[in-house]
Amino acid sequence: MKAVSRPSRSGDPATPPRRAGYSFNWVGRIGLGVILFWGLVAIFGPALAPYPPGEIVDWDYFSPMSADYWLGTDYLGRDMFSRILMGARYTVGIALVAVTLACTGGVVLGMVAAVIGGWFDMILSRLLDAFNGIPSLLFGLVAVAAVGSSIPVLVLTLAAIYLPGSYRFARALAVNINTMDFVTVARARGEGTPYLIAREIFPNILGPVLADLGLRFVFIVLVLSGLSFLGLGVQPPNADWGALVRENIEGLSLGAPAVIFPSITIATLTISVNMFIDNLPTKIRDRS
Amino acid sequence: MTKQSLVSVRDLHIGAITDSGREVEIIKGVNFEIAPGEIVALIGESGSGKTTIALSLMGHARPGCSIHAGTIRLGEHDVTAMSERRRADIRGTEVSYVPQSAAAAFNPSKRIMDQVIEVTAIHNLPNRSGAEARAVELFRALALPSPETIGQRYPHQVSGGQLQRLSAAMALIGDPKLVIFDEPTTALDVTTQIEVLRAFRSVMEKSDMAGVYVTHDLAVVAQIADRIIVLKGGEIQEEGTTEQIVNAPRHPYTKELLAAFDPVPHEAIATADGPDRAPLLEVDRLSAGYGSMRGGEPTAKILDDISFTLERGRNLGVVGESGSGKSTLARAIAGILPPYRGEVLVNGVALPASLGQRSKEQLRQAQIVFQLADTALNPAQPIETILGRPLTFYHGIKGRAREKRVIELLDMVQLPAALRHRLPMELSGGQKQRVNLARALGAEPQLILCDEITSALDTVVAAAILELLKELQRELSLSYMFISHDLSTVEAICDDVLVMYKGEIVERLPAATMSTEAQHPYSKLLVSSVPKLDTGWLAGLEQDPELIARFANR
Repeated sequence: MKAVSRPSRSGDPATPPRRAGYSFNWVGRIGLGVILFWGLVAIFGPALAPYPPGEIVDWDYFSPMSADYWLGTDYLGRDMFSRILMGARYTVGIALVAVTLACTGGVVLGMVAAVIGGWFDMILSRLLDAFNGIPSLLFGLVAVAAVGSSIPVLVLTLAAIYLPGSYRFARALAVNINTMDFVTVARARGEGTPYLIAREIFPNILGPVLADLGLRFVFIVLVLSGLSFLGLGVQPPNADWGALVRENIEGLSLGAPAVIFPSITIATLTISVNMFIDNLPTKIRDRS
Repeated sequence: MTKQSLVSVRDLHIGAITDSGREVEIIKGVNFEIAPGEIVALIGESGSGKTTIALSLMGHARPGCSIHAGTIRLGEHDVTAMSERRRADIRGTEVSYVPQSAAAAFNPSKRIMDQVIEVTAIHNLPNRSGAEARAVELFRALALPSPETIGQRYPHQVSGGQLQRLSAAMALIGDPKLVIFDEPTTALDVTTQIEVLRAFRSVMEKSDMAGVYVTHDLAVVAQIADRIIVLKGGEIQEEGTTEQIVNAPRHPYTKELLAAFDPVPHEAIATADGPDRAPLLEVDRLSAGYGSMRGGEPTAKILDDISFTLERGRNLGVVGESGSGKSTLARAIAGILPPYRGEVLVNGVALPASLGQRSKEQLRQAQIVFQLADTALNPAQPIETILGRPLTFYHGIKGRAREKRVIELLDMVQLPAALRHRLPMELSGGQKQRVNLARALGAEPQLILCDEITSALDTVVAAAILELLKELQRELSLSYMFISHDLSTVEAICDDVLVMYKGEIVERLPAATMSTEAQHPYSKLLVSSVPKLDTGWLAGLEQDPELIARFANR
């Protein structure tokens, strides 16, 4: 054993660190590609729209696809292509920011609760459990009605709705990691809570937390469209993708593309987010 | 060959598919035979293929594994050529299996009797009352208490040793021709192990069943097996009668295994200190426990009034069975579990009870190393980060100086410097335990609390770790507090031994003369229960039944 493991020092510092294994498989790449595509659309889309999204440009409502109106027109005769480009900014933007806020807050609080434990954990958990008991749409309704609808209010409301779930999930994972010997060793070394959370626990719950984030992103898209339907979300004439589906739902029986395309865009976004999350590099995924 | 063998394995090859999809051969052409009524032991370290071979005798291969070539004949059945359905038919009646963990093998929500006689139900053997009568007979033969009624209990209502014997009854009820024992006593305490071994032996002697006994412990095998097959890397190294293997091994690997068993007596290192210096570690009337505090005492008291001292440069062993409070003692000293009474003094200075109140310097002096190297290393951090952190934390070493020191630490524990870029999961069990040790050394402590650090390792690897500990002690004048349930390990490295029983120290003994000088009845029982590498040991062993009734948790 000794003979094998005695090192030879010469040239050793030159050995490059092994950082292979962070590459995606092709399913993950497709997912990432679609997400990036919608991200670009959200940024540049409105500038490229052929018509102003709020303007009625066609006398025919629910018109089919044509050279003038690539994706047909909606129930008022507005250009669907322009409206979808505009909606990308709301759906992708609001959902992405809200899910990031919800998960960051939930995961950080969850890890702190798991590491500190005791009274802190108990009070925080019960408080967030109680908050979880409020139906999410009802909460959104009250919050937006009280403060008035604006993008920051929407983002914060959605983040608040999904934070307790994220907290529960992260806390459950962190409690398991917290009892493992390497955390005990770090604690016996005298490390403080910030180090324990950031270096010992977080890297080991990252995989499941990201999977949870993907799921929550989809839920947020759905709740956002629900709020828009109630008139509390994105305000007309603007609309997010969910609202585009809702406002054109009557076109379904007429076979209008106005209801099909927003549905497809929502599907491509949510499915690609989950394709991406499910196919993260194994190095990240297997750390749980 | 004069009589027909019961089992014959010819040119067995078993392959497995690794996580990365690569195909590897784990059993490489194994041949052996088992005569009716004979007990054959398969011995080897983890990864040697002993369990894989044993399972293949039932025609079973674990997920990912498959039998590639060769024949396994059991009685008149050709196991390898059978359909899965036919194999299921012979399991339980022709061949049966006793697993390592009886606790995991029993369904916690069903009565024991229903599970023991399940085999008869599966094979549509009529007559439930007959099966129950047979089970009670087996319970009696296995020396279980109150054999008539024990079947009515649930698995959690009997002790670990009893449950292991009950799982043997489950295997024997179908009158198989071959019983496979897969490390059935590895998880048991030594005093419990004796009773289980005795029960197995007497049952197997009375019946004409053949047995395959899988284990890594040569001393246990010496008591029960007729023949031993030594395995390494999926190949047979040596095969012979138990007498021959134990007394006159031929193959170098067998010799190595036996040598690892023989403890090299420990010599205390000379200390340069004068007699006036305070002892390195002094524990004074320490009490600790778990659970919520009521009136200044926790609900579950584990340690009660522990006092001892450890001189600089000496090693203290702590022995006892599971539940005796050994690990809790280490945790209380390290401050992970603050004691509710008593004091811990290092170099004559009393340490605050809880971690938060101890200074960095106080924390640095005593480092703890845990049993399971897998869980003690953060799987997300490369070795360099793991070893570098104590350097930055305690000594403020950063950058290139830190890298240099990490390489030094790896060198100290005899690991190559290039290992620092790897993640823990890319290391073997022995390497992980060395990294664990190196992390403790990084703090430059005076005392290392070793909590069963060799228990999860193979004998040969564990012996190498013990050697390393001794070498480090000579170079760095360290002291160890060495917790173990294995008396021979403690003997090999310690100067003094504390014997613990139910949270109290019953005796303090010099390690070298522990076996002869033990005075306290529990120490005597413990010492006499450790299996010896002598085929006649178990048969000749006589223990005071009163002592057993008092101390052994059978």
